[in-house]
Formats: sequence, C-alpha cells, structure tokens
Amino acid sequence: MPIPIEDLWSLVPEFWLAALGLLLVLLDLFLPGDRKRLVGWAAVVGLLLVLMPILGMLGTPARTVFFNTYAVDGFAVFFKIIAVVATILVILSTMDALRGHTSFEGEMYVLLTFAALGVCLMAASADLILLALSIEFVSLSSYVMAGYFKSDLRSNEAGIKYFLFGAASSAVMIYGFSILYGLTGETNLYAIADRVRTAPQPALVLAVGMALAGLGFKVSMVPFHQWTPDVYEGAPTPVAAFLAVASKAAGFAALVRFLMVAIEPGPVDWVAPIAGLSAVSMTLGNLLALPQRNIKRMLAYSSISHAGFLLMGVAAHRGDFGAPGLLIYLLAYTFTNLGAFFVAIAVGGRLGSDEIPSYAGLAQRSAGLAAVMALFMLSLTGIPPTGGFLGKFYIFGAAVNNGLLWLAVVAVINSVVALYYYVNVIRVMYLLPAPSGGSASGPVPLRLALGVAALGTLVIGIFPQPFVTLVGAAAMLLRM
Amino acid sequence: MALGLTHFLVVSALLFCLGLYGVLTRRNAVAILMGIELMLNAANINLVAFNKYVAPAALNGQVFTLVVITLAACEVGVGLALVMAAYRNLETVQVDRINMLKW
Repeated sequence: MPIPIEDLWSLVPEFWLAALGLLLVLLDLFLPGDRKRLVGWAAVVGLLLVLMPILGMLGTPARTVFFNTYAVDGFAVFFKIIAVVATILVILSTMDALRGHTSFEGEMYVLLTFAALGVCLMAASADLILLALSIEFVSLSSYVMAGYFKSDLRSNEAGIKYFLFGAASSAVMIYGFSILYGLTGETNLYAIADRVRTAPQPALVLAVGMALAGLGFKVSMVPFHQWTPDVYEGAPTPVAAFLAVASKAAGFAALVRFLMVAIEPGPVDWVAPIAGLSAVSMTLGNLLALPQRNIKRMLAYSSISHAGFLLMGVAAHRGDFGAPGLLIYLLAYTFTNLGAFFVAIAVGGRLGSDEIPSYAGLAQRSAGLAAVMALFMLSLTGIPPTGGFLGKFYIFGAAVNNGLLWLAVVAVINSVVALYYYVNVIRVMYLLPAPSGGSASGPVPLRLALGVAALGTLVIGIFPQPFVTLVGAAAMLLRM
Repeated sequence: MALGLTHFLVVSALLFCLGLYGVLTRRNAVAILMGIELMLNAANINLVAFNKYVAPAALNGQVFTLVVITLAACEVGVGLALVMAAYRNLETVQVDRINMLKW
C-alpha cells in the first residue's frame, strides 16, 4: 500500500523537528568551543519556525494518517504547541545555566530539540507500538539530560534514579500493552476501542493498571512519584523545568488518548481509581512540599500535587468542562511552572544556592525577579487574576459537574494548604532582610524567557477568551 | 500434549515476575538493569505468542517485538553510560550507596 502524499504533508512539523535536530548536531560539530551558544539560538529560530506549520493545522478536520497510527487533530496540535513553546523557553534559560558546569553545551540544545520531537509524537500516537516508541524516545533523551553534569555527583544520582525508575515502569507498561494486544488482537487505539467491549474484565483491569504504571511515571502520579523530588533537585535546573512541564504534558496527552479512546468503551471503570489517585497525589504532594527548604524540591512536590489536580480533569472527563479544563490548566501550568523554575535558575546562578532562605530580601536585590516570582507563586496557588485560577476554576467545575463533589472538596482543601508554602516564598522574598548586597538579575536570554512566562501567566488569566476557544476546539476533536 | 497459548503465557508471566523480583531486591544498578531486560523479554514472548494464536492475520505483534528489542538495546546503552558516569565519581554501582538526595 503506498502512503498518500497528503499524509506526508501533515507530518511537516515532525520532519522539521527531526531535521532541525540533525542540523544542530552538525552545527555543534563545526562551531568552536566558545561559540556553542549559536547552536542554542539556531534551535530557538528553528523551533519558532516550526510553530508556523503547527498553527496552520489548527482549523483542519481531525483525521488519522499512516494507516490510522498517527492522529492529526486539535488535541495533538495543542500539545505540539505546548511542547515547542516550552522547549523554546527552556533553551533560552539553558544558555546561562550550563556555564561552568559542563564543557558540552551544544548537545543539550540537540537533546532538547529531539525531546520536543518525542513529545509531539507522544501527543499524536494512536497506536500502541508508536506510543511505546515515543514514550521511550522522550524518556531516553530525558535520562541523558538529567545526568548531564558528568562531574556533579547530584546530577549523576539524578540520572541513575530517573533511568532505573523510568526503565522499570516502562517495562511494566509494555507488558500491559502486550496483554491488551492479546485481549483485542489489535495495536491500534481506535481498533482496540471497537474490540475492547468483549474483552474479559479481570485481564483488562490488569492490562490497564500496568499501562498506567508507565504513563503515571511520566506524569508523576502518586504510587510512581518517588523519582520526582530527587531528579528535580539533582538534574540541571532547566532540565527539571522541561521534565516538570513538557514531559508531564506529553504524559497527560498519552494518558488521556489511551483512556478516552481505547479503554472508555470497555467494561473497566477507570474513573473511580483515577479520581482516588488524583486525591492521593494532590494531598501527598502538598503535605510533603510543606517542610521543604530547597526550592527545586518544593517545586517537585508541588508538581506532584498539580499532577493530582490534572488527574481530576481526566477523571471528570464527561461534560463541557473536563477535557477543556485539563487543557487550559496545562497551558497555564506550563507558563507558570516554567517561570518559577527560571527564577530558580536566575537566583541559583547568582547566589549559588537553591535554598529558600537564601531568597531572603530578593525584593531589594532585584525587584523585577521578586515580582514575577510572586506572580508565579500566586498562579500556582490559583489566585485570580492569574492563569492558574482559570485552570482551577474549570477543573473544579468539571468535578462538580461529574458528580465528584468529594474530590472537589479535597481539592479546595489542598489549595488552601498549598497557599502556605507558596506564600512562604513570597514572605521570604519581601519581608526578610537580605543578608548581603549585590543584585540578582539574570542575563538577557533568561530575562526574555522569564518575561514570556510571566506574560503568558497573566494573559491567560486576564484575557481567557481566545484560550478558552482554543482548548474548546482541541478537546472537541479528541474523539473522532 | 500440544503446545498452546497458555504455555507461552505462563513462561512469560514467570519471566516477568523474576525480572520484577530482581528489580525490587537487587542493589546493584547493573543487576537491576538485567531485571528490566527480563521484564521486556517477557513482554516480547507475550507479543509473539498472541500474534500466532490470537491475531495471525496481521504482523502487529511481531513488529512490536522488534521495536521492543530495539528499545531494550537503546535503554542498555543509555543506562550503562549513566552508570559509568556515576561510577567514575562515586566509585560504586550499589544504588543504596548513591543516596545523597533524599526527603
């Protein structure tokens, strides 16, 4: 069977990203050691250009290409936008963070570009084979990036821990996929959806549970969350930002497509377990975040609790609020969390410390940095007029709408608990005196990334209408 | 007695449990990696057996197996590189001694 030429056209973004990655490898090879930053700028330009074909696909009708293995729909396009924007911002923030830690600067930009390609593939895979392959693609790039500082003991440890947890959980996931294949005789998600109704329930529960191990690892859902704080703390901070945002978004894209397309018609009730895991994730993440002194560990536990909030959107998928709520929460979370990590990069780079007490008096040292950090902390809590509020509003609405009132109550209590440790950062920055003088503002690319993240956080909160339209279109096209 | 699907599934389940046991009990990073390989191979046996007995019309299971074999090879490559990098600094591959980051 020949592949229709239109199918190839709809893969332009993926081809472009792959070509960009290979081009960057060559560029890195020929540039002298002190000019490696050019590789980063080339990556930024290439990624900005790839946004054009991606945005061009926004209005096109949903379809699948390559013998139904690859979905081209608004849902995939939405996650591709998140992946590319997040990668651009992470690359901008990387440019300063690597100096002095490693002599291999160019390869980081290459790995980030390939990881972005992996995220795009994950969001669009409609076949178990492609799904397993793309999840591993993202994971393998991330393992290397987590252990990137070869002479830094913490980075070594982060790399090994991430690898062992990740490889084990993806092995469990692939075993689950193999059982699912045995039950339905198909690997295509849409074909599985047709056959899954007649599958025996206990075996299907086992298969779905095992698949959730791999996907839950990527989104740091609670029983599979142990790696998160250690890896975020040990890995280079821009990599932690990438894992917290792009990799988690990709995990949710795969999780939602897998559950809602393939498993939804079957005899397995997955809503109740997901709702339970959501409540446990947000509570455990919040409680463990309370005593943290290291900003990266605090953000790691906060990212576990945000995974819980996002899972609430997955559980409350019926009706008009669930899927759009999940997407808008992810969009706001992308900008906000990236911004918080960028502030950590700026402060860590100037003061050489990630401890929250060393943020004391940041408002006097660098008023701008402190102001945007305060904005990000408020948005992570979910206080208007920030993007975080809009996301929480939608997701809580969806939970109530779906009859998950108990979950909404747990989530509200958790938001109040979270206020404590987020506002603590603001208190330290504004109310405590600075131990010593000296400014703490970052270099130009980092400030650019911070500005975009702050702008995104605010604009989603103040002018939500275009974003609501966008996620509405993205969520509608999910089921074909 | 003819060889049926059940025989393959039992072997694969045993292999998977063996691998999982290794992953959970071993303290040597390389041994954990070997456990993970066993788990992936268990999935491969499943896939090939299901392809023959459940869905012989298409080759999905066989293709999936080839992909998983390739993934396993890539994983070993990256994993051993990370273990090597850590060994140079920490002079150990015992995961219970690689424990700077906690709580």
